[in-house]
This record gives sequence, structure tokens and C-alpha cells, in this order.
Amino acid sequence: MALSTDTRPRIGPGFRLQWEPVQNCHVLLYPEGMVKLNGSAGEIMKRCDGQRNVGDIVADLELAFSANGLQGDVLAFVEMAGKQRWLAWV
Amino acid sequence: MGVTASSAITDPGAARTPGPPGPPLWLLAELTYRCPLHCVFCYNPVDFAQQSSELATEDWLRVLRQGRELGAVQLGLSGGEPLLRDDLEAIVAEAKRLGYYTNLLTSGVGLTRERAAALKTAGLDHVQLSFQDSTREMNDFLSHTKTFELKNRVAAIIKEQGWPMVLNVVIHRFNIDHIDRIIAMAAEFGAEYIELANTQYYSWAYLNRDQLLPTRAQLKQAEFVTDAWREKLGESMRIFFVAPDYHEGKAKKCVNGWGSMFLTVAPDGTALPCHTAKMLPGLAFPNVREQALRDIWFNSEGFNRYRGTGWMKEPCSSCEHREEDLGGCRCQAYLIAQDAQAADPVCRFSPHHDRVLDAVQRAEANAARGVIEHPLLFRDPVNSRRLAKATP
Repeated sequence: MALSTDTRPRIGPGFRLQWEPVQNCHVLLYPEGMVKLNGSAGEIMKRCDGQRNVGDIVADLELAFSANGLQGDVLAFVEMAGKQRWLAWV
Repeated sequence: MGVTASSAITDPGAARTPGPPGPPLWLLAELTYRCPLHCVFCYNPVDFAQQSSELATEDWLRVLRQGRELGAVQLGLSGGEPLLRDDLEAIVAEAKRLGYYTNLLTSGVGLTRERAAALKTAGLDHVQLSFQDSTREMNDFLSHTKTFELKNRVAAIIKEQGWPMVLNVVIHRFNIDHIDRIIAMAAEFGAEYIELANTQYYSWAYLNRDQLLPTRAQLKQAEFVTDAWREKLGESMRIFFVAPDYHEGKAKKCVNGWGSMFLTVAPDGTALPCHTAKMLPGLAFPNVREQALRDIWFNSEGFNRYRGTGWMKEPCSSCEHREEDLGGCRCQAYLIAQDAQAADPVCRFSPHHDRVLDAVQRAEANAARGVIEHPLLFRDPVNSRRLAKATP
């Protein structure tokens, strides 16, 4: 399905998101591999629980970081992450 | 073992500045050297049959805890055949509890439906299944066993449990022309990834090198076929083609840099920067029975010996590529140049590069004549004991 603010992304099958204290960042684990996420990627992905839609995630991030106008960046990241299969949605 | 643990979207990625090494992100637990297969390209030590007793369950659980505290995230459970350990489920369960991503690297022999269910319950994340070839005859010949049908059944069991499946096929002269069928087989199984890993010539593979090295024409054709499949399959299955370094004239950053990311624990508890490093003479590698992993990783001579670039000699020490490849593989330098500090002889700048070119040339000539001068040496305990006696 095409990506929109109504999309409810979740972590892709076979991937696992977790916080790593030693690396001080979120990482995405998959068979024999790891993606190290930067701060904003980690903040977006930990909100991708299959419940919240992209609109909710944007609102939540804007509130948490006292920012606005994040929608474009979030949509671009989710699209990229979908292509990498880090995120999935129906 | 295969895909490297470090695609990063934000990692600085630049050369590591001198300073304390990062965490051992990848912990490879070689649970046993026992194996029902006798593959001609195995990288286990040639003298594996001589090695002393295996670590006990509580030793492994302690290693897992210490590794996780150091920051290890990926755990490879390997061997030999790890399914031969009765405590595999207990090891997986503890790894899961600690937060590892757990990878079982298996021949599939012993992975019954019941065992698979128990491992799933214990929390196993992923199974990498090795195949020797797409045809029963060649698969069974190369592993010196009758296992082809069994691997087919195991592939179905892996899918049944919902595990992501990586098929691993070690590539060499005998199966490289079957790559089209091999990829088709992986696609039929519904594998998420297939790794076509050209043989790395250590241990048993080194003994059989003259028979196993593919020709340049074979390689070119294999890469052509692989690219066509990538085009056809798109994102549905990822194909990794690990090129052989003998033919490329270029050294690889072995294990992503000595002591920079990988920590292997051998069945007897020896801790190693890579799974073949034990062959290097004059280096004392610590044992997890006697020393904590943190001390081993940061302070042992074995792990510090070839870290960074300070140990290098010419032509590496002044080479503009020294940070990219870190001098290549120490084991290959030792095997081919009889000098573990030498440049990896696969590098075109190595003073020993002619030995690599000779090996490739010999392979071409053998392939053209279609003769095999020496029989293939299968990795089995009898050959292992015989060869261990033959070399001082």
C-alpha cells in the first residue's frame, strides 16, 4: 500500500529493534547483521509499533522535541526504511 | 559465517583513530568440532580431532553473559555441527534472555521438527542452512555424506517455524557451474537470503586448493548468472556473492579488522580474533576457562598483536590502502608467505603475489586438462589425526 500519514508501520519481520547502552544508540538486528541508528532514526523507529499511524508519530515527535514541520522528514525516513524492509505495513 | 555486521546509516565509517577498541559486536560460539559432514572446504583446524575437551554448559552461559556486558549483540552458534550439543536449547534460551540476536549456523543434520520447535520456544531468531550443491550427487559427494534429501526437509521445517532463512553455499570449481540451479533452489525454498561464498583457502580448503579454485572464466560466468537472478528476483530474495580474493589482486579487511568486532570462542574455550587464527605460530591465545572476556578482548597479546596498523611492515606500512584493508588476512599471509606479518599475498603489491598467481594458473591448467592429481581430502577424524601427526 502506498505510504501516507494513515500508514501504521511496524518493525519488519526478521528484524529486531533494541537499545544498546554500550553503543549508546538504537540498533536494528537481523540475520547476522546490524544497523546502527542515529538519534532521529531511533526515535522514529521506536514509535513504529503497528498501532500508531505516521500522523500520530509525527505529532508525538513534534511534542517530544518541541519542533514542528517534521512530517516530510518522517515520511522520507519511513519510505526508505520500508524499502530496506526495516519497516513493514499493510 | 557470512554477512558482516556493520551496515550503518550513520556510523562515521572513517578509519578508526587509535584508542581503545570498540565492543566485540559479533560473538561466534563454536560449540563443537564434532560434525556429521566431512566437507572438503571446511575451515575448522586440520588437527581438530586432536583438540581437548569441549566447554561445559555453564562455561558457555558465563561467556554469553560476559560477552553481552562487553556489548556483543550478534551471537553465532556454530561448529562443527552445533546441533550435536544437547544443551543447545539452554544456550539459546540464555542468549535470548540476555538480548542477543541468535543465529544457528547448521548443516541441518539433527534439526528434526521437535528440535526446531524447542529451539523456537527457547527464542532462536534465525537459521543459516548450509548446502553443498543443488544436485544430490554433488551435495553428497562434497560433504561425503547422504544429506541432500534431509536438507530439503530441513528447509521446510525452518519456514514452518517462521524463521528468516539464509542459505549458505560455499562455492568452488565443482559447483560454481551450478549457480543457476543453486539460486533457483533457494528461491523455491523461499529463502530470504542466499550467500554464495567463494571458498576461503584455509585449513581443509587450503589442502584441497588446487582442486577447488575456480577458473577466471567460471567466475565471470557465475557473476553474470547471479546478476541476472538479482534482476529477476528484485527485493524478494537477496543474493550475496562473496568474490574469491585469489583472483582479485586485492586484499580484504579480514574479520573487519583484527580484534575490532569479532570474537570467536573455539570448542575448548580458546578465544580468537577469527576462527582460523589459532594456526598462527608464536601467539598465545587466552582461554575463557581462565580469563574473563573483558580482559581477553582489551588486554591479551593475542587480540592486541595485529590491531590497527602499527604492526605492519612494507609494503603495507606506507601503503595508501592500509586503513581500508588493514593488510588483509594474517592467516593467509602465514599460509602463503610463511610470515604472519607480511602483506596478504592476494594483494597485487605483495612481494609474494606470484605464489597466488601460480595457484590460479595451476587451477586453470588442471581444469583445462580435466585431471585431478591428488584425491580430495575429506575433513574426517581419521585424516585429521594422520595430518596432525605428519606436521610437527
